[in-house]
Amino acid sequence: MINFMLNGLDVAVEKGTTLLEAARFYGIEIPTLCHNEGLSPYGACRLCLVEIGEPGKSRLVTSCTYPAQEGLQVRTHSERVVKTRKVIIELYLATCPSSKTIQDLASRYHVTRVRFRRKHDDCILCGLCIRYCNEQMQGKAIGFVNRGVERRITTPFNRKFEECRLCGGCIYICPACQARCQGPQEGSGVCNACLNLSPPCLDHFGDAMCYMDPCVACEQGRKG
Amino acid sequence: MALLEKQMQVDQENFTTRNGQSLVALLQEVQEQYNYLPEEVLRELACARGLSLMEMYSVATFYKSFSLQPRGRHKIVTCTGTACHVRGSEKVTEEVSRMLGVKPGGTSEDGEYSLESVNCLGACALAPLVVVDGEYHGNMTAARVAALFREQLKKMKGQSAESFDKVIEEKAIAGCSCARLLAGEKN
Amino acid sequence: MVALQTCLQSLPELLNLQQELKRKQEQRKNYLAVCGDTGCTAWGSKHIKDVFQQCLEQKGLNHTTGLKFTGCLGLCESGPVVIVFPQGIFYQKVRESDIEEIVEKTLLQGEIIDRLLYQDPVSGEKIIYAGEIPFYRKQERVLLADNWSIDPSSIEDYLALDGYGALGRVLHSMSSAQVIKEIKDSRLRGRGGAGFPAGLKWQECNEMVSAQKYIICNADEGDPGAFMDRSLLEGNPHSVLEGLIIGGFAVGAAEGIIYIRAEYPTAVQKIRLAIGQAEALGLLGENILGSSFNFRIGVSVGAGAFVCGETSALVASVQGRVGEPRQKPPHLAERGYNNRPTVINNVETLANVPHIINRGAETYRLTGTKKSGGTKIFSLVGKVNNTGLVEVPLGMPLREIIFAIGGGIKGGKAFKAVQTGGPSGGCLPASMLDLPTDFDELSAAGSMMGSGGMIVMDEETCMVDLARYFLKFLNDESCGRCFTCREGLSRMLEMVEAITKGQSSMVEFELLKELAAVVKDSTMCGLGQTAANPVLSTIRYFEEEYRAHIEEGRCPAGVCRDLISFNINAELCNGCGACRRKCPAEAIEGESKTPHLIRTELCTKCGICLETCRYHAVNKL
Repeated sequence: MINFMLNGLDVAVEKGTTLLEAARFYGIEIPTLCHNEGLSPYGACRLCLVEIGEPGKSRLVTSCTYPAQEGLQVRTHSERVVKTRKVIIELYLATCPSSKTIQDLASRYHVTRVRFRRKHDDCILCGLCIRYCNEQMQGKAIGFVNRGVERRITTPFNRKFEECRLCGGCIYICPACQARCQGPQEGSGVCNACLNLSPPCLDHFGDAMCYMDPCVACEQGRKG
Repeated sequence: MALLEKQMQVDQENFTTRNGQSLVALLQEVQEQYNYLPEEVLRELACARGLSLMEMYSVATFYKSFSLQPRGRHKIVTCTGTACHVRGSEKVTEEVSRMLGVKPGGTSEDGEYSLESVNCLGACALAPLVVVDGEYHGNMTAARVAALFREQLKKMKGQSAESFDKVIEEKAIAGCSCARLLAGEKN
Repeated sequence: MVALQTCLQSLPELLNLQQELKRKQEQRKNYLAVCGDTGCTAWGSKHIKDVFQQCLEQKGLNHTTGLKFTGCLGLCESGPVVIVFPQGIFYQKVRESDIEEIVEKTLLQGEIIDRLLYQDPVSGEKIIYAGEIPFYRKQERVLLADNWSIDPSSIEDYLALDGYGALGRVLHSMSSAQVIKEIKDSRLRGRGGAGFPAGLKWQECNEMVSAQKYIICNADEGDPGAFMDRSLLEGNPHSVLEGLIIGGFAVGAAEGIIYIRAEYPTAVQKIRLAIGQAEALGLLGENILGSSFNFRIGVSVGAGAFVCGETSALVASVQGRVGEPRQKPPHLAERGYNNRPTVINNVETLANVPHIINRGAETYRLTGTKKSGGTKIFSLVGKVNNTGLVEVPLGMPLREIIFAIGGGIKGGKAFKAVQTGGPSGGCLPASMLDLPTDFDELSAAGSMMGSGGMIVMDEETCMVDLARYFLKFLNDESCGRCFTCREGLSRMLEMVEAITKGQSSMVEFELLKELAAVVKDSTMCGLGQTAANPVLSTIRYFEEEYRAHIEEGRCPAGVCRDLISFNINAELCNGCGACRRKCPAEAIEGESKTPHLIRTELCTKCGICLETCRYHAVNKL
């Protein structure tokens, strides 16, 4: 067992546990966008930041990728964390203002203004779909291309790819797409299948991704 | 436990071919041979060497030195390192780009010239730097670019010089001043 | 040459060979060192060397006089540089037509050719001997010292200077713990940027229990404005190899990898040649020098990505993957290349190792500061008179490097700032010139040691434009994994661009500062965490300049295009038409022999007219 300090409490977790897992186990809420319990952590969305180390020498790390270490001091809701997280959410809101997930997140964390220029990106490049495809489907049909600001998610050579098994997992797992219909099972989501028939990624990827034909998500919506 | 281990596994995955060559090295070989990475070759290699095409495509687009488009026969590189920047490399790059009618990272339509801007060639004492087919030219200024190309093209094959003249001529038709500029150079 | 064909089996054999080669070299005291580094080659030094060769052969001197095509001699600005030994006569800007004269007069008669001598930019005095040039005199050249006498393509030159002697000592009389202790005692800190104590790094890796370990030499010198690693690899590759082998021995690795960036083709070629030579002599391979130590070195060539200088991204790149950094821990000393303990050292760090072993840690650390021993190579570039590589004891004040060694600012202009540490570093103003160049001092001042690029800027450099430049660089080079680095930097670039265009406000300026702090705090790797430094440090020291852009719509340095304009002074213009012919935008009009006029609506502000005009009639406002 590893003993460490979580928000001033002495806690113990198994070796190899991430700080995020530990915090959630102890009932502390940490927001995430790129995390999924079934997939490898990636640390891309930066929302799960926590402060570690002695005050004065502390730094922020993503709790989803950081292992619990003996004697570590972890603060999940320090002023520094909260302030930084708010700016990050504000930046998300400016980048993908139409995503319901991000709107919800902003409301939950009291982000009331957006001082950055608004863009209308659909994808936040969290990489969940890629990890789903690689790790769950062993598909490797989609991946990141380019780097820096040019980074995108697509299929090889932006073309329909034979390795894709049309499982629809990438659309299912996408956090930015959740503004669209979740199907009738999803109690909290509003079924807007009639308004928004195709997930935004379809427009975005064009021929490369229109394998969902007919689209799983939309079909489910119609059935409902 | 599981999650971190999983991450390490993903992080540790080697992109290597069956005979142990790294994917980056393999792509470098392909690029050396074809001067770019042709799609068919990559597809074939993915099959033959047991690599994922997606991984190949990710790596090929991540690194700057790989090109998925054919490159020109003559490679012109402008350095945009800090030392070059403070000595005015931005204007030099712009002028080269205008002269050749090629944007940085692009290739002229006739496939003769490729223009690349590189973040530092490590010859900062000569800033700003322009490299034409591997030959370094230091202390460049925007005004000296035209003279440099004239001189360089004399050294290159006759055909290329003609093609350069053709580029200039076409530009003259398009109303660009390069031809006039070069005519001025000659006078 | 006969001796070189055998594989060295023991330490005495190595020592014998060194002595033999030394005797040989002593017989050939007369030699010419022609600088073959990229800088001088650009000035045509390859051709100069070939002509010297011909000339020596014609005169039948090729048996008595050596000719070495060396690595960087330092004073790149005055290339091609030729030094005539044994006297050490320094000739600069040597042309083909000078060669016969140099051979006839200097080599044969010992006469000095006055016009080829170096003229001190400060005193105007002509200086004959290399050692007396202030640029060299004020330096303490340890790593670069041998560049004058080594032909990088010859292992014999290195061996004749007791090369690989440190390796011999280590293998036969030291344990790995002793080597590590020696490095720790020397206070050698990593020269790649962060300045982590090298001995400690080795110890961590040494303590790991694993069947296999690796040591990687990081030659992915991506910092724009720094080229000392390239010069070391090209000028004295065997010193890096020797350091790497000793490092391998100390950490218990049987395999070393040199990761070189693709932009340095000559360095790749030279290091491959050097590895081949070392293998042939048995300095690499099985049972090196008769000991039980086996070591191989492979070369891995990068593919053009700045972020691969970050250690975990470098490992990913060597493994053939996309160069994306990962969260540490686990540290590389635990799980690095092939999931094995790995230690990564910078080229310059490794080149220091043989010197520490040879001179002993006690002597070595006499140079430098209390916390970090030894010398540091800086690439002194930008608007300074003597550009080139400078090696000085750590802790030397910036002023001394820039003014005493660098000869001050070009064209007698005023010093404005010095940028250290590349895109991770910052700009320091004139008030900080007395700051010692030390890892901690520079970091405290908001800059960074980095790999040692030192870019000097004069009053004609705009700090906002420089911040924009670095943001653009980082936008291109960020891997894009972390949202705050990818999106944050692109937003910061947008904001700074707005400032350079005079389209910003103080509210946005405050937001820029806030965002910069968030980016610094919330990214994963060294690239993101330091990415805000160029912006934060220029704001810290040059806030007035930002305010001039924002509040007055004025660029004090006259760089930001949207805030400047060009015009022609009708009184000075004689209507020669040179500017009109050269203007790429056809924005200049006027009859011949009458004053010309710039049509501001067409002007692209490229500045060619200003450069072209011989009568100083073009003004920049």
